[in-house]
Amino acid sequence: MTPLAAYLMVAAILFAIGLAGALTRRNAILVLIGIELMLNAANLNLVAFWHYGPNPGALTGMMFAIFSIAVAAAEAAVGLGLVISIYRHTRTTDLDQINRMKG
Amino acid sequence: MTVSIPFYILSAITLLGGLAAVTLRNTVHCALALTAAFAGLAMLFLQLDAQFAGFAQILIYIGAVAILVVFAILLTRNAELEATSVFSRTWIAGLAIAAAVFTVLGWAIMQTASRLPEAWPTPQVTVRDIGNALMSRYILPLEIVALLLTAALIGAVIVAMHEKEGTK
Amino acid sequence: MIEKLDQIFLLLRTWLVGFLPARWQAAAGVVLGVVAIIGTYPALFALGTVMERKGLGRMQNRLGPNRVGPFGILQPVADGIKALVKEDVIPSRADKAVHFLAPLLLVVVVFMGFAVLPMGRNMVLVDLDAGLLFFFAMGASTELSVFMAGWSSRNKYSLLGAMRAIAQMISYEVVLLMSSLAVVMISGTLSLPDIVDKQNRYTYGLPHWYAFTPWGFAGLVMFSIAAMAETNRSPFDLPEGESELVAGYFTEYSGFKFALFFLGEYVGMFSIAGLGATLFLGGWTAPFEFLTWVPSWMWFFGKLMVAMCIFIWIRGTLPRLRQDQLMNFAWKFVLPMTLLNLLVAALWRFLGHGWLRWVICWVIVLGAYVLMAQIGMRKRNLGPRRYRYAE
Repeated sequence: MTPLAAYLMVAAILFAIGLAGALTRRNAILVLIGIELMLNAANLNLVAFWHYGPNPGALTGMMFAIFSIAVAAAEAAVGLGLVISIYRHTRTTDLDQINRMKG
Repeated sequence: MTVSIPFYILSAITLLGGLAAVTLRNTVHCALALTAAFAGLAMLFLQLDAQFAGFAQILIYIGAVAILVVFAILLTRNAELEATSVFSRTWIAGLAIAAAVFTVLGWAIMQTASRLPEAWPTPQVTVRDIGNALMSRYILPLEIVALLLTAALIGAVIVAMHEKEGTK
Repeated sequence: MIEKLDQIFLLLRTWLVGFLPARWQAAAGVVLGVVAIIGTYPALFALGTVMERKGLGRMQNRLGPNRVGPFGILQPVADGIKALVKEDVIPSRADKAVHFLAPLLLVVVVFMGFAVLPMGRNMVLVDLDAGLLFFFAMGASTELSVFMAGWSSRNKYSLLGAMRAIAQMISYEVVLLMSSLAVVMISGTLSLPDIVDKQNRYTYGLPHWYAFTPWGFAGLVMFSIAAMAETNRSPFDLPEGESELVAGYFTEYSGFKFALFFLGEYVGMFSIAGLGATLFLGGWTAPFEFLTWVPSWMWFFGKLMVAMCIFIWIRGTLPRLRQDQLMNFAWKFVLPMTLLNLLVAALWRFLGHGWLRWVICWVIVLGAYVLMAQIGMRKRNLGPRRYRYAE
């Protein structure tokens, strides 16, 4: 297995773990943790392709990863603000119980 | 050039940290395992000669996002242990979807593994190159990210602010 | 001869490493450097604790420790023995794994910061291209250990202290980063040895330290304020205020773990003082041209000791700031000043050489400071205290 394939496999496993966490946990904050893991897996993918790609001098992969880190931090902030706001309203972070808009 | 021992150790740390972050019962332990996963990822970036990305990952993710997650856990009183199960009622569907996604990705990687490049000359990137690139080729994304971060800052403050008295 | 004294540690390292086969020489060199750092800074920590207690004592009109050894010099030995033989008490409901890991994480992260500091000519352990970013990344990681310590003790006071400490550290981290940004802008590099090299020039015998320029002086003042807040030093030590919160986030630590926290705090202070000296005070360069014969590492450690004395002096003099006053100060006063500092640094660079840039930059820095202070003081009616009695 080439090194690039090894890095991509690690990123794929991390992505699957994050996806499983986001889809199976009850707590809203753990869903956000799963989303952060998925974003990190994508960043690893980007940097691995940048390193083993044809033109690393153009810095595209690394720049993309850095912007992705910045945007993920902003998204985590807003997401956690939303979770806190929902907690204040419904006194719970259990996603199975926040179902008032269910048809 | 095959994969080296540090790569195995670092990916083990990252994957075990990620696994612990989604399966542990105690939420704060999950957040700390997430921090370990972030640290492992930062070191994987350093393995890939992306120094700036690695240090930015430590500074932003461990220094800010992990603290944010921990604060949110404490502000929503999730630090105590749950009485009911931590997994939702529909956990089988979630696991199946994740397994399906992983199968597709893994199959795609394995199919093309023989055609992926073996080794290229390692890039020597200095911070000066990154600065020049940010100011010439990536100036538009930089400005947009600045706008986005300002909007996120104001938005997060407004969303999480206490409501004024009298509007309850 | 003078050059040999200047490079004596490097020559010692090459001599010791020469005994090993060629394959292991690079790794052994690095290990020797790490051992030297791990040996030096705890020794300086010991000296620092004595200096602090004697200094504070004198400022409070009393003698400090003076029983153990001449002038109390051997006090750290007594403290060390006490810390080692004390019983390690862990609360029964505490989270044992996290409680154990918190001081370890703090000490590891704090020592990693020394890897990029240039302690003398050619004496940096790792010359990273993004050295300053690495240092700040390590500084950001200390906050996590503070939280781990405060939460795992299952104690209201510890948690409250940890929350305050983290809020304070995050606010002042932004200030720290922004005030060093002006230096990075003018030197054009994030690598600390290069920043020192750019300050290694002399005009009429005076050095080109950044602290002697208007933006550098303002930057140094703001950097020291942020440094004191980052290491939870008075007047920013509400998180560990002895009269408010027992001992803040390390209330439930005793014996060796407490000693590790104490070590981490002081070594962190040395580390950030070293960074301040590197960025603003020229690192290992001498203050006057005729003094360049003194070895460079002596200048670096001298500056470190002077910074330590200033920390102790300010601790003994100023009263403690309240939490909201502290955060107000950071976000509403110091942060706008750092942004203005960036503007002033840019003006400095583009106004050409001569007396014009000195005058304009000093006027802007001092004028903005006076203006913001006046605006900040306007809403306060400071008059004689009015008492309200219970009916």
